[in-house]
Amino acid sequence: MISIQTEDFDSGAEYAALRNSGAGTGAIATFTGLVRDSGDTQGVSGLFLEHYPGMTEQVIAGLIEEASRRWDVRKARVIHRIGRLPLQEQIVFVGVCSGHRGDAFAACEFIMDALKTSAPFWKKELSDSGEHWVEQKASDVARGQAWGK
Amino acid sequence: MTDQTITVRFFARLREELDTEQLTVPAGNNRTAADLLAMLASQGGPWAQLQADQPVMIAINQIMTKPDAPVKAGDEVAFFPPVTGG
Repeated sequence: MISIQTEDFDSGAEYAALRNSGAGTGAIATFTGLVRDSGDTQGVSGLFLEHYPGMTEQVIAGLIEEASRRWDVRKARVIHRIGRLPLQEQIVFVGVCSGHRGDAFAACEFIMDALKTSAPFWKKELSDSGEHWVEQKASDVARGQAWGK
Repeated sequence: MTDQTITVRFFARLREELDTEQLTVPAGNNRTAADLLAMLASQGGPWAQLQADQPVMIAINQIMTKPDAPVKAGDEVAFFPPVTGG
């Protein structure tokens, strides 16, 4: 399931929901991304996140499908927030249920890495010195490419 | 009657710098996404950046594509900077 939303999410409730994925599930991997105080600029006080409604959901659904072809994925959950997010707010949640840890780790990391370079989201850093659209990082592109993306 | 226009959308930095979220152009002679970019860039000013060094990503009908992809009447074509979510 995929949610793009302005509201915060409860990662505990999301984890609890992932646990109800059947008796074959032996591992759950989750990732949560937070707003930190430095990125392209220092003294970041928050982010503004924009997305392309419709395309975003379609791209993420495709990534979950691809993960399910490559690894044992029994259930996957992606939440991505948009709008204005102050420091230390949760931005993104990826949770994957698998039979074993290797598949859970790999599928969770793949979805997160591929999302960063293929889902149409854009971050703007807000700080005392003004606003700055974040540039795509070569290291993020490299991580996506390492998965064949 | 068939819609003979293409809807063009911009996001993030491009949306701000072009001060344009969306516009419609006649399908006319725009055969590929690159033709459309060249036509828009020829307006000069901030539009010139569509053909400058900065990479512009392209989606047609919400699917990421390459500049030589064909465009036709009724399509939604989006131009945006490299994505930075997550």
